[in-house]
Amino acid sequence: MSQHRPLLKRLIITSVLMFGFAFALVPLYDVFCQVTGLNGKPSMEKAKVSESVDHTQQVAVDFLTHAKEGAPFKVTTESRRLTVNIGEMNKVSFIASNLSDKDRVFQAVPSVSPGLAAQYLHKVQCFCFEQQPLKANEKIEMTLLFYVDEALPAEIEEMTLSYTLFDITDKI
Amino acid sequence: MDDSMYQQNDSAEHHQPSGIKRWLYTTNHKDIGTLYLGFSLLMLFVGGAMAMVIRAELFQPGLQLVEPNFFNQMTTVHGLIMVFGAVMPAFVGLANWMIPLMIGAPDMALPRMNNWSFWILPFAFAILIGSLFMEGGGPNFGWTFYAPLSTTYSNDNTALFVFSVHIMGISSIMGAINVIVTIFNLRAPGMTLMKMPMFVWTWLITAFLLIAVMPVLAGTVTMVLTDKYFGTSFFDAMGGGDPVMFQHIFWFFGHPEVYIMILPAFGIISTIIPTFSRKQLFGYHSMVYATVSIAFLSFIVWAHHMFTTGMPLAAELFFMYSTMLISVPTGVKIFNWVATMWRGSLSFEVPMLFAIAFIVLFTIGGFSGLMLAITPADFQYHDTYFVVAHFHYVLVTGALFSIIAAVYFWLPKWTGHMFNIRLAKTHFWLSLISVNVLFFPMHFVGLAGMPRRIADYALQFADFNMIISLGGFAFGLSQLLFVWCVVQCFRGGEKVPAKVWDGAEGLEWQVPSPAPYHTFATPPEVK
Repeated sequence: MSQHRPLLKRLIITSVLMFGFAFALVPLYDVFCQVTGLNGKPSMEKAKVSESVDHTQQVAVDFLTHAKEGAPFKVTTESRRLTVNIGEMNKVSFIASNLSDKDRVFQAVPSVSPGLAAQYLHKVQCFCFEQQPLKANEKIEMTLLFYVDEALPAEIEEMTLSYTLFDITDKI
Repeated sequence: MDDSMYQQNDSAEHHQPSGIKRWLYTTNHKDIGTLYLGFSLLMLFVGGAMAMVIRAELFQPGLQLVEPNFFNQMTTVHGLIMVFGAVMPAFVGLANWMIPLMIGAPDMALPRMNNWSFWILPFAFAILIGSLFMEGGGPNFGWTFYAPLSTTYSNDNTALFVFSVHIMGISSIMGAINVIVTIFNLRAPGMTLMKMPMFVWTWLITAFLLIAVMPVLAGTVTMVLTDKYFGTSFFDAMGGGDPVMFQHIFWFFGHPEVYIMILPAFGIISTIIPTFSRKQLFGYHSMVYATVSIAFLSFIVWAHHMFTTGMPLAAELFFMYSTMLISVPTGVKIFNWVATMWRGSLSFEVPMLFAIAFIVLFTIGGFSGLMLAITPADFQYHDTYFVVAHFHYVLVTGALFSIIAAVYFWLPKWTGHMFNIRLAKTHFWLSLISVNVLFFPMHFVGLAGMPRRIADYALQFADFNMIISLGGFAFGLSQLLFVWCVVQCFRGGEKVPAKVWDGAEGLEWQVPSPAPYHTFATPPEVK
């Protein structure tokens, strides 16, 4: 038995470390995605305004919204699809309504497809930066200000900005 | 010296409890090996019965026998039982029985842990199977338990699933630790690493894979548990988590897992083919290096299960090429087996029949795997019956056939009797034909677009599904012959000598048949 102890100890430690590694994968995954910009998670920080506008290059941007199952909200926009100049500031208005008879708070989580385009779409103002409290059956207007970076690869001709609405009333 | 050996045997027999206690308290590697093998045979039939439910429901289009929710529980638990209850314990059982005999050790290095690692297994599966009979039913999210199916949308019995996977994981890790310590510390004098039999080599590498990835699986199910019951958000976008991350973590475990289920099979085939070709194994060294490279590559290919999750092009290409790279060491192995048979004095005993069927049919499964590795093609094949056909060719005609071959190969050594050869050959031919009737047409319906894991299908798939189901019933029934053959062999039969097969080599053939309760109390000398 004593001859086995050192090896046994090392193997048990390895198993425990690998169990920890599974949890270490979670922050590693986030860091990896941030560095490479691979998973379409746009920045939730306010961006700086662009300095120049390129009138020769254009890109189509689609807007999608959908409420998570059970979240009693609706967000609509009149401009479902915009063709924008690279670097130009664009303003899009969204109407958010609370479909329930209670005061609720929602959080919109943005996602950009294709994933690689996410890092080139800069939001200067977005309702997704804050939690949005809505009174029972209330309707409010919200604004999105964004522009598309000049560094956008030429092969990306259209992109989709999608918002998922989560009901976070109980989680605040 | 002889006297002391006899005394040792005597005292051991005095201490040996009888009846059920013998099996509960045993620390003997042969007893524990038998327990593992018996348990996995039982699980093979439990999981097989679930497969029969699946095939009976799919016999005709429309819903006839079971509710879709119950159908989903059947596909889920069938997968879990076959992977963790049938294939893996069978390999651990073979390791227990054969590794000490092959390396000239008196027993496994850690016999008490060995007892423990077996006896927690029945509890794991009692919990899993028991959940099927509880209110709400068993797990229904597929054996891959993707979030959010297993978190947001699963039933309240998910905790039972999680705990049973924890127990299975602990059992596998203890088994793997035992194998590594045994191989490193208890080899007979003179047996260097590069003189070890291939089965021992492949198991050593498998054990390292187990230690590397089973804890990751335990971590994954723990995250599912806390997401579902304790309000964490590892996989929930609402709390900043990411459901795609689940797939990355799961397949980081899941891909090495498939090699855990096939590397020991490679070892078995590398033992049987030379025996009945009456030649040395062709390219022993390249076999060892191929096994090591397969184990290494298995860690960098996981996302080929996730081509359709919207990965960027660079990642899809990386995982496509690295996956295809695995076919190189695997091809080396197939080449070596064929080269071993080339100009050998072949004879076709039952283990050899299963081994040859393994080579042919596993290669078919390998080729369909290559097809699936082609990213653009995978968008068509993903989640269809083509995938089901692929992994059943590698797991049934691969892993399971190798286990059956191993049992027929070493059964006379374990029991001291030759099995009924005519019955075993009937079992082989019935299995071979029915398994192909069962799985080959799945390629066709898969390419034509039939999705997997759904209780119903479009009418145009009706004829093929009827054929598949008939093959399934025939394959399931054929395995009863296997049980009959094994039971008969334990009860009696023609006595066999120590060296059962005339072409066999290795230390296990130096001990008498049946192998005595205690072997190699004094280590043999290996030249």
